Amino acid sequence: MTLLDVKNLGVSFRTNDGDVNAVNGVSFSVKAGETVALVGESGSGKSQTAFAIMGLLARNGTSTGEITFDGNRIDGLAQSDLNRIRAEEIAMIFQDPMTSLNPYMKISDQMIEVLTLHKGMSKSEALNECVRMLDAVRIPEARARITMYPHEFSGGMRQRIMIAMSLLCGPKLLIADEPTTALDVTVQAQIMDLLSDIRRDFGTAIILITHDLGIVAGACERTIVLYGGQIMETGPTRDIFARPSHPYTLGLLKAVPRLDVDHDILPTIDGEPPNMSALPQGCPFSPRCTFAVDRCASDRPVLSQHGIIHRACHREAEAVK
Amino acid sequence: MNDTLLSVENLSVTFPIKPQGAWPWTPMLGLKAVKDVSFSIAPGETLGIVGESGSGKSTLARAIIGTVPTSAGAVRWQGTDLTTLDVTERRKHRRDVQMIFQDPLAALNPRMTVGEIIAEPLITHYPNTPKNEVKEKVRDLMSRVGLLPNLINRYPHEFSGGQCQRIGIARALILKPKLLLCDEPVSALDVSVQAQVINLLKELQAELGLSLIFIAHDLSVVKHISSRIAVLYLGRLMETAPAKELIEHPMHPYTQALVSSVPIPDPDAESNRQAQSLSGELPSPIHPPSGCVFRTRCPKARATCAENVPDAQFPHPDHAVFCPHFQE
Amino acid sequence: MRVPVMNRASIDAMTDETAVAGRSLWADARIRFFRNKAAVAGLIVLACVTIFALFGQFLTPWSNEEVDWGMLGQVAEVGGPSLENKHYFGVDELGRDLYARTVQGTRISLMVGIVGALISVIVGTIWGATAGYIGGRVDNIMMRIVDVMMAIPYMFVLILLLVVFGRSILMLFIGIGLISWLDMARIARGQTLSIKNKEFIEAAIAIGVSTPTIIRRHIVPNLLGVVIVYSTLLVPSMIIFESFISFLGLGVQEPSTSWGALISDGASQMRYGVPWQLGFPLFFFIITLFAFFFVGDGLRDALDPKDR
Repeated sequence: MTLLDVKNLGVSFRTNDGDVNAVNGVSFSVKAGETVALVGESGSGKSQTAFAIMGLLARNGTSTGEITFDGNRIDGLAQSDLNRIRAEEIAMIFQDPMTSLNPYMKISDQMIEVLTLHKGMSKSEALNECVRMLDAVRIPEARARITMYPHEFSGGMRQRIMIAMSLLCGPKLLIADEPTTALDVTVQAQIMDLLSDIRRDFGTAIILITHDLGIVAGACERTIVLYGGQIMETGPTRDIFARPSHPYTLGLLKAVPRLDVDHDILPTIDGEPPNMSALPQGCPFSPRCTFAVDRCASDRPVLSQHGIIHRACHREAEAVK
Repeated sequence: MNDTLLSVENLSVTFPIKPQGAWPWTPMLGLKAVKDVSFSIAPGETLGIVGESGSGKSTLARAIIGTVPTSAGAVRWQGTDLTTLDVTERRKHRRDVQMIFQDPLAALNPRMTVGEIIAEPLITHYPNTPKNEVKEKVRDLMSRVGLLPNLINRYPHEFSGGQCQRIGIARALILKPKLLLCDEPVSALDVSVQAQVINLLKELQAELGLSLIFIAHDLSVVKHISSRIAVLYLGRLMETAPAKELIEHPMHPYTQALVSSVPIPDPDAESNRQAQSLSGELPSPIHPPSGCVFRTRCPKARATCAENVPDAQFPHPDHAVFCPHFQE
Repeated sequence: MRVPVMNRASIDAMTDETAVAGRSLWADARIRFFRNKAAVAGLIVLACVTIFALFGQFLTPWSNEEVDWGMLGQVAEVGGPSLENKHYFGVDELGRDLYARTVQGTRISLMVGIVGALISVIVGTIWGATAGYIGGRVDNIMMRIVDVMMAIPYMFVLILLLVVFGRSILMLFIGIGLISWLDMARIARGQTLSIKNKEFIEAAIAIGVSTPTIIRRHIVPNLLGVVIVYSTLLVPSMIIFESFISFLGLGVQEPSTSWGALISDGASQMRYGVPWQLGFPLFFFIITLFAFFFVGDGLRDALDPKDR
């Protein structure tokens, strides 16, 4: 069953130096209980896609396209309706948990507020529910520590608290924006385990936004590779990693050093990430692409099916090696 | 030994910390950011230093370069203990050891042009260099690190992160140093740009015979570039070994946990990976555990671990493990 | 602005003559500033006021001390603004030409404002940057001196100075100079503390740059944005300060005058039906202050790094 359906999403920002098109015609869908990765580098539009879904774009940003959640259009909703959806249906966690935790409020007060506001629980009921949720994200001695302030927890613990808080109202979709980027690798492993347990126990669909291909390989069923605000390639994670058919995915996978392989010289993708205010007319990756042909610079490739994978590239999949 | 460029001997760095609710006369607490760390580097070698946040790896780099005062131990540069030198003497030695930083843009003064930034070490140490010679050198270096020399009059904010890091590398190389300290040089960069900078560093090293100290939290990157790796936890050395050996046969329980936590960008390898998760939290560096600092989270910990600070054990001559129980 | 992909070949193909000029942060700020219409209007007003102060006296045959005897005693009846007798702004209660006096008062007031702001920029920035960068005990001592000076009720000290040493423009400058830099020193120190932790300062230390050079080359240029914004707001406050002193009758000495003195005189003559004596000086006073505030606002928006 399709939970979220995004059709032809566009996001642009008006700035002093002209309009910046952060997302250009992105379409994808997420099924209930599924984990989907949005992979890309800076300027790929992966975070702005999430913000557009949540209706959280910065004030100078506008979005176009259709976003359907659970059968209902949610783009262009009024603030009050969006607030309800954000609290009860779609939750989001960020790279830095401190951006969404109030440093001057106890964890308990912040969590209880969510439940009394949206579920109409009494304070004591809410407290019990919060403790139960903190236990679920494996915060030791949750009942004693719930009255502490955010700064009294370590980075990993804060991220757990954020996850617990986002799950309080039982959302159907959790958007995790670089949830482990600020964390140490041992803590990252714990948080990723936690996210996969949550998906199993609560049936929550997860959109994982990240630049780390290692995390994607371990956690996600489907992968969407973004570059320059467009989808380059999308399909089952296993297939994309085993046989990348887009030059960008291929280059990206080769450029990451692996712990289990000895490299002599890393293959690189030449050039710099795209300048979003001056994207090429054709494929955004064409200036850096070693497979580019003349037409790549002028025609924008559309996403088309190739076996089980969808890819946006003028070259044949077989030619990309 | 003659072929040692830099040796660090029992180096400790302690930061004074005001206790909570302190009066001006309350004695300061000591935060031992680095404690009893020893290692040495030969010319042309790359030493990787890995550790998680709070492991003291950046402090260690700053103690070597001299922007943070050391509290004990020695930093010997070709035999001279740098920590005992006075300010002017120390300043002269700075041309031999240069550093590149984590945040490429923040490491460049936004009000100076790229040319001025790269030339700064040169005009600081050789103020009488003629202007056109300086310019010539800057242009040479810019093209060497992969920047168009005609961008010499641009400002840092006009460049992307990867290019800013190239500028930082050019600045570090203009004095022809023998040792380059790299503090998380690629962790702020995009994946596709990371590989470019790593390759550039490797190339430059081979070409100029540089020694590198490469500090990072990303084990995959460190393994790729280093010949040897040292693992730090809470300011103490846990294990040092040749890079391949350390990754393939980690001996210290902490290194084992660290290596097994690194995700691999391959779904098949990922499903086989068995992560050993560490229990508990990083202890406070102000009141570290007695004996072995890792014992509070160590799966092999026993009562004796609290008593003695572990000595180095040598499973191979060049593989040191600071854990008496590593074989069990 | 990003530059396109480069490889070895394209670098070699590049000749030295093609060096591209960069757009500095200052140039960026200038472009943003000139996009702000209110700020540009403010700047134009300020330019007009300055031209008025510098060259205004050439447009009138009257000087600021000369008494027009024909006006004396009947100022309210015939002393109003008139083009025929060349008293463009009318005359004051002693029959002196108000236009010439306004020109001269503008000159003094602007000078007081600019000198005060300059002292504050130079002394305050250096003091604050040094204290903030060196830190520790030096910082403590330097900033306690600032605290002590701030604790002195300077208005009384200044009045005392003017009474004891006599009213002179020099004394006024000394008095303003003594106090104007204190706030600036604090602001500069606060900014320095945040700049000090940036990696480029650490890079400079690691290179081996000496402390005075770091302050001069790396700290001060990065302070200037804030300092300039604050000083554009300081100029009007200095002008107001001088006006207040003059209003009390302690400012510049007759026959010289300033906006404050003119406004004070004009206000005391209000009931005799001579509104121009208050109106003209007040008009210049108000448009100048507004212009400074608009320019200050524009500069703040232009130099604010958050906008980037």
